[in-house]
Amino acid sequence: MNMEKGIVELHEMLQKKEVTPNELIAESKKRSKEIQEECNAFVTILDDVTYDGPIDTLLAGIPYGIKDNYSTKGVLSTGSSNTLKNYVPFFDATAVENLKKAHAVFVNKTVLDEFGMGGTGTTGHTGIVKNPWDNERMCAGSSAGSAAAVASGVYPYALGSDTGDSIRKPAAYCGIVGYKPTYGMISRYGLFPFASSLDTCGVLTRSVEDAAIVVDAMKGIDPKDMTSWDSSKIHLYENLKNTSPRKVCTIPEICDLKNYPNASTELKLHLENYQKTLNLLKEMGYQVEEVSIDKTLLNALASCYVILSCAEATSNMSNLTGIIFGPRSEKENVMEMIKDHRTKGFSPLIKRRFVIGSYVLQKENKDRYFHNAQRVRRLIVDRMKEILKDYDAVILPVGTGPAKKLKGQKDILDKESTVLEEHLQIANFGGFPSITIPNGFVHDLPVGINITGNCYEDEKVLQIAYDLERKMNYKGQIRKKVSHE
Amino acid sequence: MSKYKAKIGLEMHCEISKTNTKLFSGAQNTYTEHANTCVRPVDMAFPGTLPVLNKEAVRLSLMTSMILGCKQPEYMYFERKNYYYPDLPKGYQITQETKPIPVGIYGSVTFECEGTLKTVRVNNIHLEEDAASLDHYYNTSNIDYNRAGVPLLELVTEPDFHSAEEAVAFLEHMRSVYQYANISDADTKKGQIRCDVNVSIMDESLDENNPENWGTKVEIKNVNSFGGVKDAINYEIKRQIELKETGEYDKMEQQTRRWDEESGTTKFMRSKVDAIDYKYFVEPNIPKFKLDPKWLEEIKKSIPRLALERKQEYQNTYGLSNYDATVLVKEREVADYFENCIQLGIEPKIASNWVSGNILGEVNKEGISIQDFYLTPAMLKQIIDPLQKGIISSKQAKEIFQKSITEKKEPKTMISTENAQISDEKELLEIITSILEKNSSQIEEYKNGRTNLFDYFVGQVMKETRGKANPVKTKELLTKELSK
Repeated sequence: MNMEKGIVELHEMLQKKEVTPNELIAESKKRSKEIQEECNAFVTILDDVTYDGPIDTLLAGIPYGIKDNYSTKGVLSTGSSNTLKNYVPFFDATAVENLKKAHAVFVNKTVLDEFGMGGTGTTGHTGIVKNPWDNERMCAGSSAGSAAAVASGVYPYALGSDTGDSIRKPAAYCGIVGYKPTYGMISRYGLFPFASSLDTCGVLTRSVEDAAIVVDAMKGIDPKDMTSWDSSKIHLYENLKNTSPRKVCTIPEICDLKNYPNASTELKLHLENYQKTLNLLKEMGYQVEEVSIDKTLLNALASCYVILSCAEATSNMSNLTGIIFGPRSEKENVMEMIKDHRTKGFSPLIKRRFVIGSYVLQKENKDRYFHNAQRVRRLIVDRMKEILKDYDAVILPVGTGPAKKLKGQKDILDKESTVLEEHLQIANFGGFPSITIPNGFVHDLPVGINITGNCYEDEKVLQIAYDLERKMNYKGQIRKKVSHE
Repeated sequence: MSKYKAKIGLEMHCEISKTNTKLFSGAQNTYTEHANTCVRPVDMAFPGTLPVLNKEAVRLSLMTSMILGCKQPEYMYFERKNYYYPDLPKGYQITQETKPIPVGIYGSVTFECEGTLKTVRVNNIHLEEDAASLDHYYNTSNIDYNRAGVPLLELVTEPDFHSAEEAVAFLEHMRSVYQYANISDADTKKGQIRCDVNVSIMDESLDENNPENWGTKVEIKNVNSFGGVKDAINYEIKRQIELKETGEYDKMEQQTRRWDEESGTTKFMRSKVDAIDYKYFVEPNIPKFKLDPKWLEEIKKSIPRLALERKQEYQNTYGLSNYDATVLVKEREVADYFENCIQLGIEPKIASNWVSGNILGEVNKEGISIQDFYLTPAMLKQIIDPLQKGIISSKQAKEIFQKSITEKKEPKTMISTENAQISDEKELLEIITSILEKNSSQIEEYKNGRTNLFDYFVGQVMKETRGKANPVKTKELLTKELSK
């Protein structure tokens, strides 16, 4: 199975003509259809893709997938929402355009939680996405389809977007790598916005190396995105192997089992496994220390994220009226048309978030909620920056264990472990580069570890991830289905 | 009115028409009848599009802020104003609020109203994007996105005007400022200027500096012509006085009304309790940026001399009448033309007469700008110099002027040859002598007292010279010859 291989190996095969791009595309399409059947990972599988161009870059001629909240010229782009169920853009997102220039070949569009607002992969307009390791479990979200596809060997990589943890959590739940670069390194032009100050383009892969290669091609300052910056001096792939033992830290208020007196077995195993990885780092010569963050601040994290992201979302999605694009409603006057389109088009979850977003921005609530959330965001980011002055990266476990069950599992977030589920949002608050890599199993299901560094230090973050990855056994892993007998 | 005093404030919206592109997109910033031809994806809010700020629009808005004597911010921010309306494709307008401060706050403007100088305080001026325009038909409406995203300046004054005339004089002053500084054509016919007006009345006897004495503010939306502003204010003052007189004024709520041009009345829209909450927050797609003091200094230096300043100079230094000075400064191009004439050494009063008379007459007749007028100030000098030296008559000067602009030839080429006035005494004397020889009987009659025959002789000389004889010299010589 060629599509289970990494980018460099595929590239060499293509160069040596051991395989042609069209053979890879055909294999990818076949796998897409199988995984669609099994996991419901795609909104669109392209039928007529071929590539006969040169093999002139590492990505040339190799298939990949795109999350359906990226604008793709001439190809349906729904954001997994009924409000855009018939929307075919006439322009490419800059990141997609950059990959096109590198002659990468996109073969399908993947399902997400509607407009990226959700962490389960169950709210897309085409139905729930199942975890390829265990179809009774979720992938997490919102880049659910991308994670499922990469984990099951549809192609070596797929694009994701990350507003809270939307790349990094599904990556962990699917046993793969999820990389969210520094805010603004990849242009957001053409990415359907959820919360503009947090939204980041990124990638899901099966190795740190592949993540570096893909983001090298996606990134770059873009005159169409004022928040993008010049990263031409950053060469992720070229510098990936310049590793050296680093000084890293953990945050006991988040990762110490003592914080969770009612911990489930899964959580206990997950945190034990995390400790094992820390020990491995120490063996590798890394300095691993504990640094505290005020618990009050950490406890405010999740609600601040809800306030800020919902506020921006309610405004960002006000353009979805069905007047210019999307299915237009047949009502008498324009305001009724807009109301009807939005009432029918959005899922209840999103509407709830819009209500929250509007509420916290209302004059009488704005200072208490929105402005306070902004203040907390600033405090958390300041504290992180302070820590990252002394340490090369912060290393933390992802979530409270492996993927959650779609049914049967009480989905009410356990209050005491909220911070463990939500701490990845810190990287979005500060725009920090952050990568999740698989670090083992709990009950035969993959779990992940996260490495977050300072803004613009993506090279360093990837070097640490690469260094750790090669001392573990999970690089390039393809899902192994658990049995339910 | 004598018992009451009106307090009037304005929100003046003026499109910046002098940038090449829109405020946040690369679409052309122009006025055209062809709907939806100046549009980029971001102007229609296609998913994933992002605003990119136009630096020239920022420069022009900062220049306006300086002209108004406002304080400029250290950092530039933009905010989102969230509301649904079919002319607003994003569902929010990118604008500026007063905190963090916009392109300008707390300035003042001195303007002329019916010959007196007045001052109005400016609360703030901010830069924002215009909305699309809507055309309503019997049972459909069309949306034209050409206007969506055009840079718009909103100037908010304090309620310092006391009459409709003052408010309109201010608007006219600002229109001239926008035109002089090359910020906008400020053309109401193209909808480039739109106003909201707020009006309240208070007892004349009370101190207006104490806000407690102020009446209830009524805001009138969407007044799109200066005449409309005048009528709306006058109507609203009258309406409020009537409420006072009938004792109902105190029951009136703070409210927003709409100016209905057809009926010439204001109509109730909503009271303050129903005011829309726009849920402002800082626009995350435009990072705040620091304004370079050097750039601000450059902008300041590039502000041209404005109409009022020039007018005062024309009156005080050149001794022009209020009327003439007003005509000359009405358009910056005309004032520039006039000043060029003076720089070339043409006497101000003569230049003024020519510019406001013949030249503007022709320019208006041709419907062109004075900049495109064939006869430059230097060519005008070619006419005025020989005229003043007596080389040509004023009649000839006018003929040369006409001929020059019709044939597109420099006046000097016409003066040196055929058209030159005959001032040479010897030449004139020869002509006069030959005419007198042919008219001995008329000389007889003249000498016998028919002195009005003098004009006959002058006429004969003119006929002979085809009007080129210097009339003054001709009369001198004739008098001399006839008295022999």
